[in-house]
Amino acid sequence: MIEVRNISKSFGDHLVLDDISISFEKGKTNLIIGKSGSGKTVLLQSIVGLHEIDTGEILFDERDFTRMNFKQKKQVRKEFGMLFQGAALFDSFTVEENVRYPLDMFTDMTFDEKMERTNFCLQRVDMMNANKLFPAELSGGMRKRVGIARAITLNPRYLFCDEPNSGLDPQTAIRIDKLIREITGEFNITTIVNTHDMNSVMEIGDKVMFIYEGIKCWEGTKDDILNADNQYLNDFVFATNLAKTVKLIQNKKPETRS
Amino acid sequence: MRLFYHLGRYYLLISKVFAWPERSSMYYRQTMRELEYLGINSIGIVVIISLFVGAVLTIQMDYNIESPMLPRYLIGVGVRDSLLLEFSSTMVALILAGKVGSSIASELGTMRITEQIDALEIMGVNSASFLILPKIISTMFFFPLLTVLSLIVGMSGGYLVAVITDVSTPQEFVYGLQYVFYPYYFTYALKKMIVFAFIITTISAYHGYYAEGSSLEVGKSSTRAVVHSSVVLLMFNLILTKLILR
Repeated sequence: MIEVRNISKSFGDHLVLDDISISFEKGKTNLIIGKSGSGKTVLLQSIVGLHEIDTGEILFDERDFTRMNFKQKKQVRKEFGMLFQGAALFDSFTVEENVRYPLDMFTDMTFDEKMERTNFCLQRVDMMNANKLFPAELSGGMRKRVGIARAITLNPRYLFCDEPNSGLDPQTAIRIDKLIREITGEFNITTIVNTHDMNSVMEIGDKVMFIYEGIKCWEGTKDDILNADNQYLNDFVFATNLAKTVKLIQNKKPETRS
Repeated sequence: MRLFYHLGRYYLLISKVFAWPERSSMYYRQTMRELEYLGINSIGIVVIISLFVGAVLTIQMDYNIESPMLPRYLIGVGVRDSLLLEFSSTMVALILAGKVGSSIASELGTMRITEQIDALEIMGVNSASFLILPKIISTMFFFPLLTVLSLIVGMSGGYLVAVITDVSTPQEFVYGLQYVFYPYYFTYALKKMIVFAFIITTISAYHGYYAEGSSLEVGKSSTRAVVHSSVVLLMFNLILTKLILR
């Protein structure tokens, strides 16, 4: 479980996160949604420690990350897996070397054991037979899948995904979403996904937090979201014509029945 | 004030770079890659430039020694000392600042803007040390070898032109190369190159590591890396010459 307590973050005079508190539950996919520039990425990067927060606390299973020294933070970070927006695979390494990298760096496993684990992770994301390819030779969806494989190599307790569907076609996006959800349940990890894709919200949003201009505006589940009484959230959720039509049909349904 | 900001950040980066390696085998593998990428791949340009500069130096020496009172072996002496004291260390270092410096800055800059460095940090890896230390070790080891290579190739170029254009006999040229040779000049050139290798690598790495924004910014940081490392290199050339050459 990850608990965020009253965190604020500014860049110069610009307040990006304003007193945000939320808890992200274990074994569930927790989504942070909001429009571009609302502070989602800064929140996620603050949680993983890429930004120093101004005030507040971040607790990983009761361990206060904000009060830890460099060495302690490094230890906790070994329990993190992260999928970046562009996958962030190391260009000079092959797919196999990318996935094996955390094992090479942090374990004393033999080469055969490392290869077994690497192949298992690649198989899990359906990327067998791509071991010797370089990231430049992969499509966007394949890169994301390899990114997920690398993120789960060390059996993380926490998985962070920053815009996992950006730049992907709807079918590939759904595949990535399903993969994140399956892995979350399978390994019982705390997953936080940062997205503005409503398909993802409806697909995997066990818990959803809506953030607007750095302020937490709404919190609930994917089932609550369509009937939420929050103007900012409704503007965001029903921004597209498709979503507006769905809502219109949904609102008309009771009248038709009567 | 901006200068002090950069100096402070550079110092912090360097102190992070020289932290104890997490896993020596990974650093060794990375150092071998960098040796090939930054060192061995620079042999070609050093050979070509040194060959032509050695040849040109011979012609210029011949042009300057007009008096029949001056012995012809002085051409060899001039070529040797010019290569040894300045070209094979300082000028080769300036060439490498352009080739290797821009390559380091653009590689790290690209890694920064594509979040590869963030990925390392989140894994708990000391990204500065893992990415920069192998580059420093490989350049500080290999650049002095490039100085030696430049000396050999430059003198060979000078010899070939001297023989082909008949500005001096092969015996006179070789005698000149050996005449009043101070081995100390050689160690002076190597010492300078080791310092220059550190300057080029760390300044370029600094600009790449802290690049931010778009690919356009990576290009700018690469240019800044070459300019700044060249200027600092020339300043240190003056300081080291004053300190070492007595």
